[in-house]
Amino acid sequence: MSEQEVKNLEEIFEAKIARDEKIEPKDWMPEKYRKTHIRQISQHAHSEIVGMLPEGNWITRAPSLRRKVALLAKVQDEAGHGLYLYSACETLGISREELYEQLHSGKAKYSSIFNYPTVTWADMGAIGWLVDGAAIINQVPLCNTSFGPYARAMVRVCKEESFHQRQGYEIMLTLCRGTEEQKQMAQDALNRWWWPSLMMFGPTDAESTHTEQSMKWKLKRKTNDELRQQFIDQTVPQAEILGLTIPDEDLKWNEETGQYDFGKINWNEFWQVVKGHGPCNKERLQTRVDAWENGEWVRDAAMAYSEKQTAKKVQKAS
Amino acid sequence: MNKDSLIKYILGIADNSLILGQRLGELTGHGPTLEVDIAMTNISLDLFGQVRSYFQYAAQLSEEDKTEDDFAFLRTEREYVNVLLVEQPNRDFGYTIARQFLFDHFHFLLLNEMQNSKDETLVAIAKKSLKEVSYHRRFSSDWVKRLGDGTEESKRKIQLAINDLWRFTEELFQKTDADLEAIKAGIGVETDRIKAKYLENVSAVLEEATLQKPELEFFQEGGKKGIHSEHMGYLLSDMQYMQRTYPGMKW
Repeated sequence: MSEQEVKNLEEIFEAKIARDEKIEPKDWMPEKYRKTHIRQISQHAHSEIVGMLPEGNWITRAPSLRRKVALLAKVQDEAGHGLYLYSACETLGISREELYEQLHSGKAKYSSIFNYPTVTWADMGAIGWLVDGAAIINQVPLCNTSFGPYARAMVRVCKEESFHQRQGYEIMLTLCRGTEEQKQMAQDALNRWWWPSLMMFGPTDAESTHTEQSMKWKLKRKTNDELRQQFIDQTVPQAEILGLTIPDEDLKWNEETGQYDFGKINWNEFWQVVKGHGPCNKERLQTRVDAWENGEWVRDAAMAYSEKQTAKKVQKAS
Repeated sequence: MNKDSLIKYILGIADNSLILGQRLGELTGHGPTLEVDIAMTNISLDLFGQVRSYFQYAAQLSEEDKTEDDFAFLRTEREYVNVLLVEQPNRDFGYTIARQFLFDHFHFLLLNEMQNSKDETLVAIAKKSLKEVSYHRRFSSDWVKRLGDGTEESKRKIQLAINDLWRFTEELFQKTDADLEAIKAGIGVETDRIKAKYLENVSAVLEEATLQKPELEFFQEGGKKGIHSEHMGYLLSDMQYMQRTYPGMKW
Protein backbone atom coordinates (compact mmCIF):
# COMPACT_ATOMS: atom_id res chain seq x y z
CA MET A 1 0.00 0.00 0.00
CA SER A 2 1.36 3.42 -0.92
CA GLU A 3 1.81 6.11 1.66
CA GLN A 4 -1.02 8.08 0.08
CA GLU A 5 -3.39 5.10 0.24
CA VAL A 6 -2.64 4.59 3.91
CA LYS A 7 -3.21 8.25 4.51
CA ASN A 8 -6.59 8.07 2.78
CA LEU A 9 -7.60 5.06 4.86
CA GLU A 10 -6.52 6.86 8.00
CA GLU A 11 -8.64 9.84 7.07
CA ILE A 12 -11.69 7.68 6.43
CA PHE A 13 -11.05 5.93 9.74
CA GLU A 14 -10.67 9.13 11.76
CA ALA A 15 -13.76 10.62 10.11
CA LYS A 16 -15.78 7.56 11.04
CA ILE A 17 -14.78 7.87 14.68
CA ALA A 18 -15.52 11.57 14.63
CA ARG A 19 -19.04 10.81 13.31
CA ASP A 20 -19.46 8.36 16.22
CA GLU A 21 -19.69 5.45 13.82
CA LYS A 22 -18.42 2.09 14.98
CA ILE A 23 -15.23 0.47 13.76
CA GLU A 24 -15.94 -3.19 13.00
CA PRO A 25 -13.39 -6.05 12.99
CA LYS A 26 -13.21 -6.23 9.19
CA ASP A 27 -12.76 -2.48 8.75
CA TRP A 28 -9.32 -1.13 8.12
CA MET A 29 -7.73 0.23 11.29
CA PRO A 30 -4.30 1.58 12.17
CA GLU A 31 -2.02 -0.98 13.74
CA LYS A 32 -1.76 1.10 16.89
CA TYR A 33 -5.53 1.11 17.26
CA ARG A 34 -5.59 -2.67 16.97
CA LYS A 35 -2.79 -3.12 19.49
CA THR A 36 -4.21 -0.66 21.98
CA HIS A 37 -7.57 -2.40 21.80
CA ILE A 38 -6.08 -5.85 22.20
CA ARG A 39 -4.24 -4.57 25.24
CA GLN A 40 -7.21 -2.88 26.85
CA ILE A 41 -9.88 -5.47 26.05
CA SER A 42 -7.70 -8.39 27.09
CA GLN A 43 -6.71 -6.62 30.26
CA HIS A 44 -10.39 -6.17 30.94
CA ALA A 45 -11.13 -9.84 30.15
CA HIS A 46 -8.29 -11.00 32.40
CA SER A 47 -9.63 -8.80 35.18
CA GLU A 48 -12.98 -10.55 34.94
CA ILE A 49 -11.41 -13.98 35.12
CA VAL A 50 -8.96 -13.20 37.90
CA GLY A 51 -11.75 -11.25 39.59
CA MET A 52 -13.70 -14.50 39.96
CA LEU A 53 -11.13 -15.74 42.46
CA PRO A 54 -11.44 -13.39 45.45
CA GLU A 55 -15.21 -13.82 45.43
CA GLY A 56 -15.06 -17.48 44.52
CA ASN A 57 -13.13 -17.80 47.76
CA TRP A 58 -16.42 -17.35 49.66
CA ILE A 59 -18.79 -19.52 47.63
CA THR A 60 -18.36 -22.54 49.87
CA ARG A 61 -18.73 -20.39 52.98
CA ALA A 62 -21.60 -18.08 52.05
CA PRO A 63 -23.76 -17.59 55.14
CA SER A 64 -27.17 -18.46 53.69
CA LEU A 65 -28.56 -20.31 50.70
CA ARG A 66 -29.86 -17.06 49.24
CA ARG A 67 -26.41 -15.46 49.47
CA LYS A 68 -24.72 -18.55 48.13
CA VAL A 69 -26.90 -18.64 45.04
CA ALA A 70 -26.44 -14.91 44.45
CA LEU A 71 -22.67 -15.19 44.82
CA LEU A 72 -22.45 -18.18 42.49
CA ALA A 73 -24.50 -16.30 39.93
CA LYS A 74 -22.34 -13.23 40.30
CA VAL A 75 -19.07 -15.06 39.84
CA GLN A 76 -20.62 -16.87 36.90
CA ASP A 77 -21.57 -13.51 35.38
CA GLU A 78 -17.92 -12.53 35.61
CA ALA A 79 -16.94 -15.65 33.72
CA GLY A 80 -19.54 -14.65 31.13
CA HIS A 81 -18.06 -11.16 30.89
CA GLY A 82 -14.64 -12.72 30.42
CA LEU A 83 -16.02 -14.90 27.68
CA TYR A 84 -17.50 -12.13 25.60
CA LEU A 85 -14.58 -9.81 26.16
CA TYR A 86 -12.17 -12.51 25.01
CA SER A 87 -14.42 -13.06 22.01
CA ALA A 88 -14.42 -9.34 21.24
CA CYS A 89 -10.64 -9.37 21.53
CA GLU A 90 -10.33 -12.39 19.25
CA THR A 91 -11.99 -10.41 16.45
CA LEU A 92 -8.81 -8.32 16.39
CA GLY A 93 -6.82 -11.31 15.22
CA ILE A 94 -5.42 -12.85 18.38
CA SER A 95 -6.34 -16.26 19.79
CA ARG A 96 -7.60 -17.01 23.25
CA GLU A 97 -4.57 -19.22 23.86
CA GLU A 98 -2.26 -16.32 23.08
CA LEU A 99 -4.24 -14.08 25.40
CA TYR A 100 -4.02 -16.62 28.22
CA GLU A 101 -0.34 -17.04 27.55
CA GLN A 102 0.12 -13.29 28.02
CA LEU A 103 -1.76 -13.43 31.31
CA HIS A 104 0.09 -16.47 32.60
CA SER A 105 3.51 -15.13 31.70
CA GLY A 106 2.76 -11.86 33.48
CA LYS A 107 3.01 -9.88 30.25
CA ALA A 108 -0.61 -8.82 30.34
CA LYS A 109 -2.01 -7.00 33.33
CA TYR A 110 -5.33 -7.25 35.10
CA SER A 111 -6.98 -4.94 37.59
CA SER A 112 -4.80 -4.68 40.69
CA ILE A 113 -7.77 -4.65 43.01
CA PHE A 114 -8.03 -8.43 42.72
CA ASN A 115 -4.64 -8.83 44.34
CA TYR A 116 -6.15 -8.08 47.73
CA PRO A 117 -7.42 -10.93 49.88
CA THR A 118 -11.07 -11.48 50.82
CA VAL A 119 -10.84 -12.21 54.51
CA THR A 120 -14.40 -11.85 55.76
CA TRP A 121 -17.90 -12.23 54.39
CA ALA A 122 -18.25 -8.44 54.46
CA ASP A 123 -15.69 -8.31 51.68
CA MET A 124 -18.37 -9.74 49.39
CA GLY A 125 -20.42 -6.66 50.18
CA ALA A 126 -17.53 -4.23 49.92
CA ILE A 127 -16.39 -5.63 46.58
CA GLY A 128 -19.86 -5.37 45.10
CA TRP A 129 -20.44 -1.91 46.44
CA LEU A 130 -17.02 -0.33 45.90
CA VAL A 131 -15.16 -2.39 43.33
CA ASP A 132 -18.12 -2.94 41.05
CA GLY A 133 -19.16 0.64 41.71
CA ALA A 134 -15.77 1.90 40.55
CA ALA A 135 -15.80 -0.52 37.62
CA ILE A 136 -19.15 0.86 36.44
CA ILE A 137 -17.85 4.42 36.48
CA ASN A 138 -14.86 3.28 34.44
CA GLN A 139 -16.95 1.22 32.08
CA VAL A 140 -20.16 3.11 31.32
CA PRO A 141 -18.36 5.44 28.89
CA LEU A 142 -17.09 2.35 27.06
CA CYS A 143 -20.62 1.49 25.95
CA ASN A 144 -20.06 4.28 23.39
CA THR A 145 -16.48 3.48 22.53
CA SER A 146 -15.46 3.36 18.88
CA PHE A 147 -14.72 -0.36 18.50
CA GLY A 148 -18.07 -2.07 17.85
CA PRO A 149 -17.57 -5.49 19.49
CA TYR A 150 -16.16 -3.89 22.65
CA ALA A 151 -18.94 -1.32 22.88
CA ARG A 152 -21.63 -3.98 22.47
CA ALA A 153 -20.01 -6.28 25.05
CA MET A 154 -19.83 -3.38 27.47
CA VAL A 155 -23.55 -2.64 27.24
CA ARG A 156 -24.25 -6.07 28.63
CA VAL A 157 -21.40 -5.98 31.13
CA CYS A 158 -22.57 -2.67 32.56
CA LYS A 159 -26.14 -3.87 33.05
CA GLU A 160 -24.94 -6.83 35.05
CA GLU A 161 -22.36 -4.82 36.98
CA SER A 162 -24.94 -2.38 38.20
CA PHE A 163 -27.01 -5.31 39.45
CA HIS A 164 -23.91 -6.63 41.23
CA GLN A 165 -23.28 -3.28 42.78
CA ARG A 166 -26.78 -3.08 44.22
CA GLN A 167 -26.39 -6.61 45.50
CA GLY A 168 -23.10 -5.70 47.22
CA TYR A 169 -24.60 -2.62 48.77
CA GLU A 170 -27.49 -4.69 50.04
CA ILE A 171 -25.04 -7.08 51.73
CA MET A 172 -23.46 -4.05 53.44
CA LEU A 173 -26.85 -2.69 54.42
CA THR A 174 -27.84 -6.00 55.98
CA LEU A 175 -24.59 -6.11 57.95
CA CYS A 176 -24.99 -2.51 59.10
CA ARG A 177 -28.50 -3.18 60.31
CA GLY A 178 -27.35 -6.34 62.06
CA THR A 179 -25.42 -6.91 65.26
CA GLU A 180 -22.50 -4.81 66.46
CA GLU A 181 -20.17 -7.57 65.31
CA GLN A 182 -21.63 -7.46 61.81
CA LYS A 183 -21.37 -3.70 61.65
CA GLN A 184 -17.74 -3.89 62.66
CA MET A 185 -17.17 -6.47 59.98
CA ALA A 186 -18.64 -4.05 57.44
CA GLN A 187 -16.52 -1.14 58.68
CA ASP A 188 -13.38 -3.26 58.57
CA ALA A 189 -14.14 -4.24 54.98
CA LEU A 190 -14.65 -0.61 54.00
CA ASN A 191 -11.37 0.29 55.69
CA ARG A 192 -9.51 -2.29 53.68
CA TRP A 193 -11.21 -1.78 50.29
CA TRP A 194 -11.60 2.00 50.18
CA TRP A 195 -8.13 3.03 49.09
CA PRO A 196 -7.54 0.18 46.67
CA SER A 197 -10.89 1.11 45.09
CA LEU A 198 -9.70 4.68 44.54
CA MET A 199 -6.59 3.28 42.91
CA MET A 200 -8.76 1.44 40.39
CA PHE A 201 -9.01 4.65 38.36
CA GLY A 202 -5.32 4.49 37.69
CA PRO A 203 -2.51 7.00 38.23
CA THR A 204 -3.18 10.72 38.40
CA ASP A 205 -3.65 12.45 35.05
CA ALA A 206 -0.15 13.87 35.23
CA GLU A 207 1.28 10.33 35.42
CA SER A 208 -1.09 8.61 33.02
CA THR A 209 0.55 7.65 29.74
CA HIS A 210 -2.37 6.51 27.61
CA THR A 211 -4.94 9.22 28.19
CA GLU A 212 -4.63 11.48 25.16
CA GLN A 213 -4.73 8.85 22.44
CA SER A 214 -7.43 6.93 24.28
CA MET A 215 -9.61 10.02 24.45
CA LYS A 216 -9.34 10.43 20.70
CA TRP A 217 -10.47 6.87 20.06
CA LYS A 218 -13.24 7.18 22.64
CA LEU A 219 -11.65 4.47 24.74
CA LYS A 220 -11.76 7.14 27.39
CA ARG A 221 -14.18 10.02 27.80
CA LYS A 222 -13.00 11.38 31.11
CA THR A 223 -9.62 11.42 32.80
CA ASN A 224 -8.62 9.18 35.69
CA ASP A 225 -8.86 12.01 38.18
CA GLU A 226 -12.30 13.07 36.97
CA LEU A 227 -13.62 9.54 37.26
CA ARG A 228 -12.07 9.10 40.71
CA GLN A 229 -13.73 12.29 41.90
CA GLN A 230 -17.07 11.13 40.51
CA PHE A 231 -16.71 7.85 42.42
CA ILE A 232 -15.92 9.60 45.69
CA ASP A 233 -18.76 12.07 45.34
CA GLN A 234 -21.17 9.28 44.64
CA THR A 235 -19.95 6.89 47.32
CA VAL A 236 -19.59 9.14 50.38
CA PRO A 237 -23.35 9.66 50.78
CA GLN A 238 -23.87 5.92 50.40
CA ALA A 239 -21.46 5.29 53.27
CA GLU A 240 -23.41 7.81 55.34
CA ILE A 241 -26.63 5.87 54.78
CA LEU A 242 -24.83 2.75 55.97
CA GLY A 243 -23.57 4.61 59.02
CA LEU A 244 -19.99 3.73 58.13
CA THR A 245 -16.94 5.98 58.24
CA ILE A 246 -14.75 6.42 55.18
CA PRO A 247 -11.17 5.82 56.35
CA ASP A 248 -9.85 9.22 55.26
CA GLU A 249 -9.36 11.98 57.82
CA ASP A 250 -8.97 14.56 55.07
CA LEU A 251 -12.25 13.79 53.42
CA LYS A 252 -14.29 17.01 53.47
CA TRP A 253 -17.10 18.55 51.46
CA ASN A 254 -15.82 21.55 49.56
CA GLU A 255 -18.55 24.18 49.12
CA GLU A 256 -16.57 26.02 46.49
CA THR A 257 -15.93 23.14 44.12
CA GLY A 258 -19.11 21.26 45.01
CA GLN A 259 -17.03 18.14 45.45
CA TYR A 260 -15.33 16.21 48.20
CA ASP A 261 -11.69 16.92 48.92
CA PHE A 262 -9.85 13.80 49.87
CA GLY A 263 -6.55 12.64 51.32
CA LYS A 264 -3.41 11.52 49.62
CA ILE A 265 -3.43 8.18 47.86
CA ASN A 266 -0.53 5.90 48.68
CA TRP A 267 0.94 5.59 45.19
CA ASN A 268 3.80 3.48 46.47
CA GLU A 269 1.31 0.81 47.35
CA PHE A 270 -0.35 1.21 43.97
CA TRP A 271 2.90 0.65 42.07
CA GLN A 272 3.94 -2.15 44.37
CA VAL A 273 0.76 -4.08 43.53
CA VAL A 274 0.90 -3.19 39.82
CA LYS A 275 4.43 -4.49 39.67
CA GLY A 276 3.37 -7.83 41.08
CA HIS A 277 4.06 -7.46 44.77
CA GLY A 278 0.58 -7.11 46.21
CA PRO A 279 -0.72 -9.45 48.91
CA CYS A 280 -2.18 -11.98 46.45
CA ASN A 281 -0.49 -11.39 43.07
CA LYS A 282 1.39 -14.66 43.21
CA GLU A 283 -1.60 -16.70 44.39
CA ARG A 284 -3.99 -15.26 41.81
CA LEU A 285 -1.68 -15.86 38.90
CA GLN A 286 -0.70 -19.30 40.14
CA THR A 287 -4.36 -20.26 40.48
CA ARG A 288 -5.01 -19.26 36.87
CA VAL A 289 -1.93 -21.12 35.65
CA ASP A 290 -2.92 -24.21 37.66
CA ALA A 291 -6.45 -24.19 36.26
CA TRP A 292 -5.04 -23.93 32.75
CA GLU A 293 -2.39 -26.59 33.19
CA ASN A 294 -4.65 -29.01 35.06
CA GLY A 295 -7.20 -28.56 32.30
CA GLU A 296 -4.84 -29.32 29.47
CA TRP A 297 -5.61 -33.03 29.26
CA VAL A 298 -9.31 -32.18 29.28
CA ARG A 299 -9.00 -29.73 26.40
CA ASP A 300 -6.81 -32.20 24.51
CA ALA A 301 -9.42 -34.90 25.02
CA ALA A 302 -12.20 -32.66 23.73
CA MET A 303 -10.14 -31.82 20.67
CA ALA A 304 -9.23 -35.44 19.96
CA TYR A 305 -12.84 -36.52 20.41
CA SER A 306 -14.11 -33.86 18.08
CA GLU A 307 -11.55 -34.84 15.43
CA LYS A 308 -12.58 -38.47 15.71
CA GLN A 309 -16.24 -37.53 15.35
CA THR A 310 -15.53 -35.44 12.28
CA ALA A 311 -13.51 -38.29 10.76
CA LYS A 312 -16.40 -40.68 11.40
CA LYS A 313 -18.82 -38.31 9.66
CA VAL A 314 -16.54 -37.97 6.68
CA GLN A 315 -16.20 -41.74 6.50
CA LYS A 316 -19.97 -42.17 6.60
CA ALA A 317 -20.51 -39.59 3.90
CA SER A 318 -18.07 -41.20 1.47
CA MET B 1 -47.71 -40.28 56.27
CA ASN B 2 -46.75 -38.09 59.20
CA LYS B 3 -44.95 -34.82 58.69
CA ASP B 4 -41.72 -35.87 60.34
CA SER B 5 -41.32 -38.82 58.00
CA LEU B 6 -42.18 -36.65 55.01
CA ILE B 7 -39.51 -34.14 56.07
CA LYS B 8 -37.03 -36.99 56.35
CA TYR B 9 -37.98 -38.20 52.91
CA ILE B 10 -37.52 -34.71 51.47
CA LEU B 11 -34.12 -34.32 53.10
CA GLY B 12 -33.07 -37.63 51.59
CA ILE B 13 -33.55 -36.09 48.16
CA ALA B 14 -32.52 -32.51 48.93
CA ASP B 15 -29.26 -33.31 50.70
CA ASN B 16 -27.88 -34.91 47.55
CA SER B 17 -28.40 -31.67 45.65
CA LEU B 18 -27.05 -29.62 48.54
CA ILE B 19 -23.79 -31.52 48.90
CA LEU B 20 -23.19 -31.94 45.19
CA GLY B 21 -23.95 -28.25 44.64
CA GLN B 22 -21.43 -27.43 47.34
CA ARG B 23 -18.77 -29.63 45.74
CA LEU B 24 -19.31 -27.98 42.36
CA GLY B 25 -19.18 -24.57 43.99
CA GLU B 26 -15.58 -25.30 44.97
CA LEU B 27 -14.66 -25.38 41.30
CA THR B 28 -15.97 -22.03 40.18
CA GLY B 29 -13.05 -20.13 38.70
CA HIS B 30 -10.92 -23.25 38.30
CA GLY B 31 -12.46 -24.97 35.27
CA PRO B 32 -10.44 -26.38 32.36
CA THR B 33 -12.09 -23.86 30.03
CA LEU B 34 -14.23 -20.83 30.64
CA GLU B 35 -17.20 -22.54 29.00
CA VAL B 36 -16.94 -25.59 31.28
CA ASP B 37 -16.51 -23.32 34.28
CA ILE B 38 -19.73 -21.53 33.43
CA ALA B 39 -21.60 -24.77 32.77
CA MET B 40 -20.56 -26.37 36.06
CA THR B 41 -21.40 -23.27 38.04
CA ASN B 42 -24.76 -23.40 36.33
CA ILE B 43 -25.32 -26.95 37.51
CA SER B 44 -24.36 -25.90 41.02
CA LEU B 45 -26.85 -23.04 40.81
CA ASP B 46 -29.62 -25.36 39.59
CA LEU B 47 -28.95 -27.77 42.43
CA PHE B 48 -29.01 -25.03 45.07
CA GLY B 49 -32.22 -23.70 43.54
CA GLN B 50 -33.77 -27.13 43.96
CA VAL B 51 -32.43 -27.38 47.50
CA ARG B 52 -34.14 -24.14 48.41
CA SER B 53 -37.49 -25.41 47.11
CA TYR B 54 -37.16 -28.64 49.10
CA PHE B 55 -35.96 -26.98 52.30
CA GLN B 56 -38.59 -24.27 52.13
CA TYR B 57 -41.19 -27.00 51.85
CA ALA B 58 -39.61 -28.91 54.73
CA ALA B 59 -39.56 -25.73 56.83
CA GLN B 60 -43.23 -25.21 56.09
CA LEU B 61 -44.02 -28.76 57.19
CA SER B 62 -41.92 -28.50 60.32
CA GLU B 63 -43.66 -27.99 63.66
CA GLU B 64 -40.70 -25.97 64.82
CA ASP B 65 -39.94 -22.47 63.61
CA LYS B 66 -37.38 -23.45 60.99
CA THR B 67 -36.02 -21.84 57.83
CA GLU B 68 -34.33 -23.26 54.75
CA ASP B 69 -31.00 -22.22 56.24
CA ASP B 70 -31.54 -24.22 59.42
CA PHE B 71 -31.76 -27.34 57.29
CA ALA B 72 -28.79 -26.35 55.17
CA PHE B 73 -26.38 -25.15 57.82
CA LEU B 74 -27.36 -26.19 61.29
CA ARG B 75 -27.47 -29.94 61.34
CA THR B 76 -24.72 -32.18 62.65
CA GLU B 77 -22.87 -34.38 60.20
CA ARG B 78 -24.87 -37.41 61.34
CA GLU B 79 -28.08 -35.62 60.42
CA TYR B 80 -27.23 -35.15 56.74
CA VAL B 81 -28.60 -38.02 54.69
CA ASN B 82 -27.02 -37.54 51.26
CA VAL B 83 -25.50 -40.52 49.51
CA LEU B 84 -21.74 -41.04 49.78
CA LEU B 85 -21.29 -40.50 46.05
CA VAL B 86 -22.05 -36.75 46.06
CA GLU B 87 -19.68 -35.88 48.90
CA GLN B 88 -16.65 -37.40 47.15
CA PRO B 89 -13.98 -34.77 46.51
CA ASN B 90 -13.02 -33.09 43.24
CA ARG B 91 -9.85 -35.07 42.72
CA ASP B 92 -9.63 -34.04 39.09
CA PHE B 93 -11.97 -33.28 36.21
CA GLY B 94 -12.39 -36.99 35.55
CA TYR B 95 -13.71 -37.60 39.05
CA THR B 96 -15.90 -34.53 38.94
CA ILE B 97 -17.48 -35.66 35.70
CA ALA B 98 -17.79 -39.31 36.74
CA ARG B 99 -19.48 -38.32 40.00
CA GLN B 100 -21.83 -36.00 38.13
CA PHE B 101 -22.59 -38.60 35.49
CA LEU B 102 -23.35 -41.38 37.96
CA PHE B 103 -25.58 -39.07 39.95
CA ASP B 104 -27.34 -37.28 37.07
CA HIS B 105 -28.65 -40.47 35.53
CA PHE B 106 -30.13 -41.46 38.86
CA HIS B 107 -31.42 -37.97 39.57
CA PHE B 108 -33.17 -37.77 36.22
CA LEU B 109 -35.01 -41.06 36.66
CA LEU B 110 -35.92 -40.21 40.25
CA LEU B 111 -37.45 -36.87 39.31
CA ASN B 112 -39.17 -38.40 36.34
CA GLU B 113 -40.95 -40.81 38.68
CA MET B 114 -41.54 -38.14 41.29
CA GLN B 115 -43.84 -36.40 38.85
CA ASN B 116 -46.37 -39.10 39.75
CA SER B 117 -46.17 -38.44 43.48
CA LYS B 118 -49.33 -37.78 45.44
CA ASP B 119 -47.62 -34.79 46.99
CA GLU B 120 -48.33 -31.77 44.80
CA THR B 121 -45.38 -29.74 45.99
CA LEU B 122 -42.97 -32.53 45.19
CA VAL B 123 -44.59 -32.92 41.78
CA ALA B 124 -44.08 -29.21 41.11
CA ILE B 125 -40.44 -29.33 42.20
CA ALA B 126 -39.86 -32.47 40.12
CA LYS B 127 -41.32 -30.90 37.00
CA LYS B 128 -39.24 -27.78 37.32
CA SER B 129 -36.04 -29.63 38.21
CA LEU B 130 -36.41 -32.23 35.51
CA LYS B 131 -35.69 -29.71 32.78
CA GLU B 132 -32.50 -28.70 34.55
CA VAL B 133 -31.40 -32.21 35.32
CA SER B 134 -31.92 -33.41 31.79
CA TYR B 135 -29.39 -30.75 30.82
CA HIS B 136 -27.01 -31.88 33.59
CA ARG B 137 -27.30 -35.45 32.38
CA ARG B 138 -26.51 -34.42 28.83
CA PHE B 139 -23.54 -32.33 29.95
CA SER B 140 -21.96 -35.06 32.07
CA SER B 141 -22.71 -37.83 29.55
CA ASP B 142 -21.18 -35.80 26.74
CA TRP B 143 -18.05 -35.30 28.80
CA VAL B 144 -17.83 -38.99 29.69
CA LYS B 145 -17.86 -39.65 25.94
CA ARG B 146 -15.29 -36.97 25.19
CA LEU B 147 -12.94 -38.18 27.89
CA GLY B 148 -13.55 -41.85 27.18
CA ASP B 149 -13.05 -41.56 23.45
CA GLY B 150 -10.59 -38.66 23.58
CA THR B 151 -6.91 -39.29 24.26
CA GLU B 152 -5.17 -42.21 25.95
CA GLU B 153 -4.66 -40.11 29.03
CA SER B 154 -8.25 -38.95 29.28
CA LYS B 155 -9.52 -42.48 28.77
CA ARG B 156 -7.32 -43.75 31.58
CA LYS B 157 -8.41 -40.96 33.90
CA ILE B 158 -12.14 -41.23 33.34
CA GLN B 159 -12.05 -45.03 33.52
CA LEU B 160 -10.20 -44.80 36.83
CA ALA B 161 -12.76 -42.36 38.19
CA ILE B 162 -15.70 -44.50 37.05
CA ASN B 163 -14.09 -47.58 38.58
CA ASP B 164 -13.46 -45.80 41.86
CA LEU B 165 -16.87 -44.21 42.18
CA TRP B 166 -18.87 -47.20 41.03
CA ARG B 167 -18.83 -48.58 44.58
CA PHE B 168 -21.16 -45.78 45.62
CA THR B 169 -23.86 -46.42 43.02
CA GLU B 170 -25.71 -49.14 44.87
CA GLU B 171 -26.56 -46.76 47.69
CA LEU B 172 -28.53 -44.54 45.31
CA PHE B 173 -31.30 -47.14 45.29
CA GLN B 174 -31.28 -47.98 48.97
CA LYS B 175 -34.35 -47.21 50.98
CA THR B 176 -34.51 -45.76 54.46
CA ASP B 177 -37.53 -46.16 56.71
CA ALA B 178 -38.73 -42.74 55.62
CA ASP B 179 -38.37 -43.80 51.98
CA LEU B 180 -40.44 -46.91 52.59
CA GLU B 181 -43.15 -44.92 54.32
CA ALA B 182 -43.21 -42.38 51.51
CA ILE B 183 -43.48 -45.14 48.91
CA LYS B 184 -46.35 -46.72 50.82
CA ALA B 185 -48.15 -43.39 50.95
CA GLY B 186 -47.80 -42.97 47.19
CA ILE B 187 -45.54 -39.97 47.72
CA GLY B 188 -42.08 -41.46 47.38
CA VAL B 189 -40.36 -43.05 44.42
CA GLU B 190 -39.88 -46.81 44.42
CA THR B 191 -36.23 -46.84 43.44
CA ASP B 192 -36.37 -50.57 42.55
CA ARG B 193 -38.33 -49.50 39.52
CA ILE B 194 -35.62 -47.23 38.15
CA LYS B 195 -32.56 -49.33 38.89
CA ALA B 196 -32.63 -51.43 35.74
CA LYS B 197 -33.19 -48.38 33.59
CA TYR B 198 -30.32 -46.62 35.38
CA LEU B 199 -27.89 -49.41 34.64
CA GLU B 200 -29.10 -49.59 31.08
CA ASN B 201 -28.67 -45.83 30.49
CA VAL B 202 -25.32 -45.60 32.21
CA SER B 203 -24.03 -48.67 30.37
CA ALA B 204 -25.11 -47.26 27.02
CA VAL B 205 -23.10 -44.08 27.57
CA LEU B 206 -20.08 -46.00 28.84
CA GLU B 207 -20.20 -48.20 25.79
CA GLU B 208 -20.39 -45.24 23.46
CA ALA B 209 -17.50 -43.72 25.39
CA THR B 210 -15.53 -46.94 24.76
CA LEU B 211 -15.28 -47.46 28.53
CA GLN B 212 -15.74 -50.57 30.64
CA LYS B 213 -18.62 -50.90 33.03
CA PRO B 214 -17.08 -51.97 36.34
CA GLU B 215 -18.15 -55.28 37.82
CA LEU B 216 -18.12 -55.08 41.58
CA GLU B 217 -18.97 -57.52 44.28
CA PHE B 218 -18.95 -55.09 47.19
CA PHE B 219 -20.45 -51.62 47.48
CA GLN B 220 -20.22 -48.80 50.00
CA GLU B 221 -23.14 -47.32 51.84
CA GLY B 222 -23.85 -45.23 54.90
CA GLY B 223 -24.60 -41.71 53.79
CA LYS B 224 -28.34 -42.24 53.81
CA LYS B 225 -28.04 -43.29 57.44
CA GLY B 226 -25.89 -40.28 58.22
CA ILE B 227 -22.65 -42.24 58.36
CA HIS B 228 -20.45 -40.34 55.95
CA SER B 229 -16.98 -40.60 54.52
CA GLU B 230 -14.20 -38.64 56.20
CA HIS B 231 -14.50 -36.02 53.48
CA MET B 232 -17.87 -34.86 54.73
CA GLY B 233 -16.74 -33.14 57.93
CA TYR B 234 -14.43 -30.80 56.05
CA LEU B 235 -17.09 -29.96 53.52
CA LEU B 236 -19.46 -29.10 56.35
CA SER B 237 -16.95 -27.07 58.32
CA ASP B 238 -16.58 -24.84 55.27
CA MET B 239 -20.26 -24.72 54.52
CA GLN B 240 -21.35 -24.07 58.11
CA TYR B 241 -18.51 -21.72 59.00
CA MET B 242 -20.49 -18.49 59.07
CA GLN B 243 -23.59 -19.90 60.76
CA ARG B 244 -21.49 -21.59 63.43
CA THR B 245 -19.17 -18.64 64.05
CA TYR B 246 -21.94 -16.04 64.20
CA PRO B 247 -24.98 -17.87 65.53
CA GLY B 248 -28.43 -16.42 65.06
CA MET B 249 -27.50 -13.52 62.79
CA LYS B 250 -29.21 -12.41 59.58
CA TRP B 251 -27.16 -12.13 56.41
